[in-house]
Amino acid sequence: MILELIKQPWSWYFSGIMIVVVMLILLFWGKSFGFSANLRTLCTLAGAGKKVKFFDFDWKTQKWNLFFLVGSVIGGFIASNYLSSPADMVLSANTIQDLQKLGVPFNGELNPSQIFSLDALSNPKTIAILLLGGFLVGFGSRYAGGCTSGHAISGLSNLQIPSLIAVVGFFIGGLVMTFLIMPLLF
Amino acid sequence: MKSLKYILVGILFGIIMSKSEAISWFRIQEMFRFQSFHMYGIIGTAVILGALVTFMIKKLKLRDTAGNPIVFQDKEKSFARYIIGGTIFGLGWALTGACPGPMFVNLGYGYIGMLVVIFGALSGTYLYGVIKDKLPH
Repeated sequence: MILELIKQPWSWYFSGIMIVVVMLILLFWGKSFGFSANLRTLCTLAGAGKKVKFFDFDWKTQKWNLFFLVGSVIGGFIASNYLSSPADMVLSANTIQDLQKLGVPFNGELNPSQIFSLDALSNPKTIAILLLGGFLVGFGSRYAGGCTSGHAISGLSNLQIPSLIAVVGFFIGGLVMTFLIMPLLF
Repeated sequence: MKSLKYILVGILFGIIMSKSEAISWFRIQEMFRFQSFHMYGIIGTAVILGALVTFMIKKLKLRDTAGNPIVFQDKEKSFARYIIGGTIFGLGWALTGACPGPMFVNLGYGYIGMLVVIFGALSGTYLYGVIKDKLPH
């Protein structure tokens, strides 16, 4: 019964509540919720600290966050294999139409396979888009000192003006990409 | 044991991100096109409830499980780094539909292309570390 309930797509309010539960668990374990710090730690693990001062820090202080990262990969695997709903995702008709024009048909899944599947990687343009997008996220989140979890969730919850500025930036960038750049790229 | 509990809460996070569909490229597109309330509802609920519990923790001076006071670090004051960094982040978020957490959740979900996004994100983080001192903060 409960498993059937979990398998349904979750409502926005239940999802929002559960994100706060994660934040709370981490707070009571003395940690601060922020995912993108892991990207820095991974650079340090790869040896970046020998050359660049920014990566020369005691990565062991972030070990917990790396375990959290490993968990999140496992969580995605579990959700995909054991908790997924057989029904198609319900996406706004307007979005479906807009994306159709962009050449990315909606397939009922979470992500377009034409961009994210293994097969899609045979297209150099797709690889370039994925690399560029990832690069911007990595650079931007470190420059802004946090990502959606650190700024939009933890930061705004703590009424931080810097986080509000960062979130405004997230949207400026997101809107420019969606309406001005993506029509040219796709 | 200590590492296991972080893996477990990470698993919870991965399941939440998946079931809420927050890891969906389509949903992020829908959000930036203002064509659905879903993502705004998720983030809005989290922020309002998060602000409430943050306030209560401060007010009641709650301690963590190790007995230490729970402290909330104030973000350092600045404008340039948040607006410029945030905008760069947003460009990438809309393009890949993934912020750092969902990149890894999606990888576990089976979207192998995310490996390329993660590689890009690590490169971007590295470049930031290299040119950090030359950027306005």
